[in-house]
Amino acid sequence: MDRTVAIDVSRLCKTYDSHNAVDELSFQVYAGEIFGLLGPNGAGKSTTLRTLITLLHPTSGTATIMGYDSVREADKVRAMIGYVPQERAIDRFLTGREHLQLLGALYHLTKEEATKRIGELLTLVELEAHADRPAKTYSGGMKRKLDIACGLLPDPKILFLDEPTLGLDVQSRLRIWEYVRMLKARGMTVVMTTNYLDEADQLCDRLAIIDGGKIKTMGSPAELKIALGGDIVALTLKEIDRMPALEADLKNRPAITSVRATTKGLDIRVESPEKALPTILESANRLGCSIEFIQYNRPRLDDVFIAHTGRAITESRPEAESA
Amino acid sequence: MEHYWQEISALTMRWVRRLSREKFSMLFTLVQPMLFWLIFFGNLFQRAADAQVMQAPNYISFLAAGVVVMTVLNNGLAGGVDLLFDKENGFLERLMSTPIHRTSVILSRFIFVMAITSMQVLVILGVSYLFGVHPATGILGVAMILLIGMMFGVGLTAISMAMAFSVKSHGDFFSVLGFLSLPMIFLSSALVPLTAMPGWMSFLAQFNPMTWAIDAVRPLILSGWSEALPHVGMVIVVMLVFDALCLYGGAKAFRRAMG
Repeated sequence: MDRTVAIDVSRLCKTYDSHNAVDELSFQVYAGEIFGLLGPNGAGKSTTLRTLITLLHPTSGTATIMGYDSVREADKVRAMIGYVPQERAIDRFLTGREHLQLLGALYHLTKEEATKRIGELLTLVELEAHADRPAKTYSGGMKRKLDIACGLLPDPKILFLDEPTLGLDVQSRLRIWEYVRMLKARGMTVVMTTNYLDEADQLCDRLAIIDGGKIKTMGSPAELKIALGGDIVALTLKEIDRMPALEADLKNRPAITSVRATTKGLDIRVESPEKALPTILESANRLGCSIEFIQYNRPRLDDVFIAHTGRAITESRPEAESA
Repeated sequence: MEHYWQEISALTMRWVRRLSREKFSMLFTLVQPMLFWLIFFGNLFQRAADAQVMQAPNYISFLAAGVVVMTVLNNGLAGGVDLLFDKENGFLERLMSTPIHRTSVILSRFIFVMAITSMQVLVILGVSYLFGVHPATGILGVAMILLIGMMFGVGLTAISMAMAFSVKSHGDFFSVLGFLSLPMIFLSSALVPLTAMPGWMSFLAQFNPMTWAIDAVRPLILSGWSEALPHVGMVIVVMLVFDALCLYGGAKAFRRAMG
């Protein structure tokens, strides 16, 4: 596939004291995609993002954004990107409109340009009615919308979102997802960090799973799940004395990738459940194994995460806690 | 250059807007120094203070110079507080991710703090006037007082911003601030002249740039140009050195935080 590269990160390292926050990171983001950096807290996602938006200088390695170096040509990069920080970076005393006016001046827009764009953005994020109230009166979701409007004000080529839905209620969350999809439809490249697996799964075209400052795996959510080796059919048997016979019988059948004995039954990886299920039931019947329970699981991104990092995303790294 | 100006004026406007939204806080900022120090302290020590020692017709007229410089001190040392909050809630990052000149934010803060401080100094001199303290050097002397105040304020604001960029938490910031402010006042000629201090205190007070500022402002208010000029010349030199040191340290802290 030949696609335009929007961001090129090459062997990026960022070291604090003697701790490697980011360690030899290399990846590319293609123009027009939603790219996710997925990982637990302290994995190095934010450090990577801050380097891309020119706020951190890499210890070694380079990051190129739309062809410009993040350190040497930082001003050119800054003019082309929008950033939505993780914290609610809001001045509680300013109104929504004043936030956007301030940023308009910082992006060197003329008054007319700024007024026009601010009007459009306030409509887009549905804040017109509240635009002239101080931000301290806003709800969490409204603050987030204002954050996003601020990020979009420069009409960026690439929008960076740091944990865009952290701490939001379900409705606001879905709303933010909608915006992000709409921006992609308009041709914007979006780079986001998240530690929500469902968010990465739902939203990202491609994602990199980061842990301990390194990329563990990278690809589209579907690719990553397929790479785990297909869906799992888990059998729980009433008696386990005939289990070895069933295990032997099912091995090497078409549509079945692997069979693994558990304490109460078998975990069977299958290529397609439609073909595999009849085979499994037929064998069990023929061998007189009565089945107590059948469970069918599609691998979820959680499984991908566990397979590559050795733990669930909610468990923190032992080293990260002391750091 | 045009962009630079656009950035700085927009950022300065933000500080002005913030202050105007906090009317209560604005009132207190303005009223506190003259209420506490000038009116209460000044009148309280009116009879306890010895006019012979003070070399002034009354304690309030002696104290006015001290209150002016104390106001500069407190405003300057608190000058970085808003940037500290900006740093903590991510607003600073948002500003720095835009294509602005790296110094715009800081410069806007200097402009704002200097403007507010100058206004406060004028208010204090105005209230002193009502208590019968008429600056001996007239309008030109008042302009000189403002200049000295600003020179001192720039260095203090630089220290405050350097601290805001360096501290881990705002608890640290306010502890250091509280620790700095009162000793600076007591170890200066703000409340009593050096000659009336215990030896070790007057020794330490000589190294306090605040003493130099007060020693120049006081004759501008009490005596006249002939007595004030040597002190004014001296304080300008002292402040140039003080500002250079503070700005150098501030620039280093800023680069470390932003790099």
